[in-house]
Amino acid sequence: MHPVLKTVLQRLGLGLVTLFLVSAIIFASIELLPGDFGEAVLGQAATEETVAAFRAELGLDTPAPLRYVEWIGAVLQGDLGTSFSGRNASGVDRSRPVADLIGPRLGNTLFLAAFAAVISVPLALILGITAALWRNSLYDRAVNAATLTTISLPEFFVAYLLILLLGTLFPILPSLANVTPDMPLLERIERTALPALTLTLVIVAHMMRMTRAAIINLLAQPYIEMAILKGASPRTVILKHALPNAWAPIATVIAFNLAYLVVGVVVVEVVFVYPGVGQLMVDAVTTRDIPVVQACALIFAATYILLNLIADIVGIVTNPRLLHPR
Amino acid sequence: MASPLLEMKDVRVEGRTGEAWTEIVHGVDLTLHRGEVLGLIGESGAGKSTLGLAAMGYARPGCRISGGAITFDGIDLRAASDATLRGLWGGRMAYVAQSAAAAFNPAHRLIDQTVEAAVAHGAHGGASAREDAVALYEALRLPDPGEIGFRYPHQVSGGQLQRVMTAMAMAGRPDLIVFDEPTTALDVTTQVGVLKAMRDAVERFDTAAIYITHDLAVVAQMADRIKVLRYGDEVEEAETRAMLDAPREDYTRSLWAVRSIRKPEVTGGAVQLAIKGVDAAYGTAKVLHDVSIAVPKGRTVAVVGESGSGKSTAARVVTGLLPPTSGTVEFDGEALPPTLKARSKEQKRRLQMIYQMADTAMNPKQTIGEIIGRPLSFYHGLSGAERRARVADLLEMIELPPDYADRLPGELSGGQKQRVCIARALAAEPDLIICDEVTSALDQIVQEGILKLLMRLQKEFGIAYLFITHDIATVEAIADEIVVMNQGRVVEQGPKSEILSPPHPEYTELLLASVPEMDPDWLTRQTEGA
Amino acid sequence: MTDRIAPTPEAAALSDPAVSVVGDARVPKTWRGRAWTTLRSAPPTAVFGMLVIAVYVVTAVFAPLLAPYGEAAVFPTPFDAWSSEHPLGTDQIGRDVMSRLIYGARNTMGIALATTVLSFLIGGGLGLWAVIAQGWTDQILSRVVDVLMAIPALIFALMLLSIFGSSVLSLILIIAVLDSTRVFRLTRAVGMGVVVMDYVEAARLRGEGLGWIMRREILPNIAPPLVAEFGLRFSFVFLTIAALSFLGLGIQPPLADWGSMVRDGASMIQFAPYDLRMGLTPFVPAGAIALLTVAVNFVVDWLLHRASGLKE
Repeated sequence: MHPVLKTVLQRLGLGLVTLFLVSAIIFASIELLPGDFGEAVLGQAATEETVAAFRAELGLDTPAPLRYVEWIGAVLQGDLGTSFSGRNASGVDRSRPVADLIGPRLGNTLFLAAFAAVISVPLALILGITAALWRNSLYDRAVNAATLTTISLPEFFVAYLLILLLGTLFPILPSLANVTPDMPLLERIERTALPALTLTLVIVAHMMRMTRAAIINLLAQPYIEMAILKGASPRTVILKHALPNAWAPIATVIAFNLAYLVVGVVVVEVVFVYPGVGQLMVDAVTTRDIPVVQACALIFAATYILLNLIADIVGIVTNPRLLHPR
Repeated sequence: MASPLLEMKDVRVEGRTGEAWTEIVHGVDLTLHRGEVLGLIGESGAGKSTLGLAAMGYARPGCRISGGAITFDGIDLRAASDATLRGLWGGRMAYVAQSAAAAFNPAHRLIDQTVEAAVAHGAHGGASAREDAVALYEALRLPDPGEIGFRYPHQVSGGQLQRVMTAMAMAGRPDLIVFDEPTTALDVTTQVGVLKAMRDAVERFDTAAIYITHDLAVVAQMADRIKVLRYGDEVEEAETRAMLDAPREDYTRSLWAVRSIRKPEVTGGAVQLAIKGVDAAYGTAKVLHDVSIAVPKGRTVAVVGESGSGKSTAARVVTGLLPPTSGTVEFDGEALPPTLKARSKEQKRRLQMIYQMADTAMNPKQTIGEIIGRPLSFYHGLSGAERRARVADLLEMIELPPDYADRLPGELSGGQKQRVCIARALAAEPDLIICDEVTSALDQIVQEGILKLLMRLQKEFGIAYLFITHDIATVEAIADEIVVMNQGRVVEQGPKSEILSPPHPEYTELLLASVPEMDPDWLTRQTEGA
Repeated sequence: MTDRIAPTPEAAALSDPAVSVVGDARVPKTWRGRAWTTLRSAPPTAVFGMLVIAVYVVTAVFAPLLAPYGEAAVFPTPFDAWSSEHPLGTDQIGRDVMSRLIYGARNTMGIALATTVLSFLIGGGLGLWAVIAQGWTDQILSRVVDVLMAIPALIFALMLLSIFGSSVLSLILIIAVLDSTRVFRLTRAVGMGVVVMDYVEAARLRGEGLGWIMRREILPNIAPPLVAEFGLRFSFVFLTIAALSFLGLGIQPPLADWGSMVRDGASMIQFAPYDLRMGLTPFVPAGAIALLTVAVNFVVDWLLHRASGLKE
């Protein structure tokens, strides 16, 4: 088998194993619930029968590995279980399937993340590469100082600062990002502008610094000096000699920061009251609605693993040592 | 005589340390005529690479040419625009770097890299450039010249890559090539072939060259004239023969200091250490095959071989770090347990080791006093004033002042560090010391000092040395007996005089014939002999 | 590269190795002397960082003396404007913001510090164990850490908090365990770099015991990067706790803490066009968080620079 294919398959296999283990950990979390937890969900007044019925519904009496298989099977078919909320002590059950809760919100979160990524990825790469090319220049120093400061600021600080400036003092953008499914795209973009801008500011700083470091490391390679001493123009040096070797580090940087975006989205959604998965998860944690929390955690973790997997694969398929084995 | 091809006057180069600039080349003059080869020689910190690059009008990032004039064929390189320089580089001026493996771009085929500059400068169309590249590969005696260019750098061996790089430099038919230590990273048997190929190519195209190296014997084969540099200053310059026969400066003579040592050979005596029929492996890769070596008491046995010969692995077996898969190690007639764990403190004490890199052999956070003092407390139970006095004694033995006990390794020079490592081994009062390439990382003059110290200590304390090295000059200097190793096997073992004089087994012959001699005609003789 | 920037002191070895001296500047002998020399060489940013940290620490330690009112003292007017009585006004249930800010230093920093210390005990200890034991132990520990790190820390923390509930203790335990994975990775990486050094091999060949090798050969050499990492981890933990508290899932009332103060004060931003100072109220705790993070980053930057060997 070709070494590239072999390495990619190995990496995919490893990714699947990781995903399996992560899902097992997330599933196992329910095992750690304290014993009186049925009462916590159903309220103090719950009768023994309703608690027992609830436990039976959760299947707490069947062995855990069996339940895991059932759970993961259902998840793979899009059934994420049933929310704990909407139940009460009298046994009336108005709870909703988790998939229904998450469905529309997942689209919103992906929209916000994509919005931020579309701006921040190109911007950060351009800033990072130019800062690396003109390193130690005034431009480089200015960009560095700005990003070091941005990195140190918590997301909610950046978010409220933007609300204060662009939402309140100079009200040009809405400070609440309450989007609805039937909203036209332009209005949706306007509503989502501030959260996307917040995420962009936070991500760009990280990504730019990592890009700069990766490019500087690349430019210090002896083969770059050799290319210069062969009379190659700066353009040729970058495009022909640096870029073919830069895909792996750049992919790593992008994946790392998109993964960071996944997490950053939680806080930003709460600040702007944006109806996304992040806010749903925070609400679910507050009400200890475990099935919803599990589903959200699984989605976030899977995205995270997938992004890192893609970066690894980009690194593998652009590695000349693997592409052209001895 | 016609006007020189390259003329450098009072050239100064500065390097940046933090925010300040420090001068590293202090006003050196250099003249090179067409078709002439100038050797630039010096030890680490001499500024020879920096000067060689300055000859092309180039300064590495973090360096700048700060003074003087550089004229190449009437062009003022210091005033030249970037575009002018780019037009010269890869065309009329070319560079051959030290590490070919790092200097080739891993993402492109060799032939594309070879013709890149020639095509870009418009000297050739793509097809004719490729034909020319194949002709150059052939001229440099590369195997399979028609095909080798279609490989990627990691698919080709180091010696071949270095030839391809020379072909790449030749592709633009330059007037000047700067060779920057092009064979330093190669094994000695590989080096001869590369040297020959490079010299022939330079002669064939009548190219002028600057050949940078720290090895006088190598440069003597390549250069018409030699310039000696030290700390960024010129020491002297002379015709190659004149310099070898009668150097004006003591410093120049010190560049072959090790070759001036010749320990009288003493052989025989009771056996201190005997490696008997040892096989060893890393995982499934077998690296030692039936190795037997005997070290007599108070003698020096030099184990010589190239990279991959298994000489360092043999040392690991002796120390107990790598238990052999079969065979035994005997010390003073007693079999040593194969693993370090099973050996007694006394067995460990009698067998000490000194490493190649003194930098990494000493804990940077401990003072010299702690480093030397630890074996004293550990093996001999010394403490307090007694220990301090003994540390001072040991420092005196290695010719360092007693107040060095308070210093950290980082405050010592390379040679001093290696001396401290010797003192640490000495503190245990061992019967045998394994010296693993202990002088390889050091400049010649420092090597000489270390070797003389080791010889004196042997005389005083009767310590036996198992001396591992790849350098024949060192072997000639200090060995009583020699073991030649190749690919995990002992080729031969015997007294120095026997091994170094014919008849030789095939590999020994090759190894000895590959070591450049301090004679400008040596390489020519090799070429004729071959 | 064969040419070093500065000439080596090998020169002296030519005539007489015994007299060669490395420069005039001698490094002081005691560690206290060395520490002082180090401190004096700190760049202005690091000095600024250390001063800010010192002010925060003093505030945290002497909070009861410095605060004008008690941590949970309630006054009649909620959302009161800035005044001499209440320098930063009052919050949504009428507590003095200034006092809560000062007590918040104690709670937010104290909890973050405890978490970081715990995280280092777990991660550092396991990392060293992996380095020493190598083989299977190392493989298993590393793989477990890989899997744990495949879940984003904030998400993992949210999940665990939903199960164990938000108390100070569970907050410290959960974040410390999650963060210890990063400490483990660094300790292991740095430790592996040190273990392969010849001086460690030399100590093993000499017959030194495990304890001695750990204490004298490995620890002193992995300490500098770990100290820098401690700063980084602290600011990361600090930000995570602040974020959780901001989400209402971290430090719980009545304890004052900066993250929840930002959340509680957020609605005041809308008053900014009418009373700018009042609109700025949530930015005071948020700024307190940011300033400390900036200060720690400055100091860490300097420590990392030193640890990477770029001393001169």
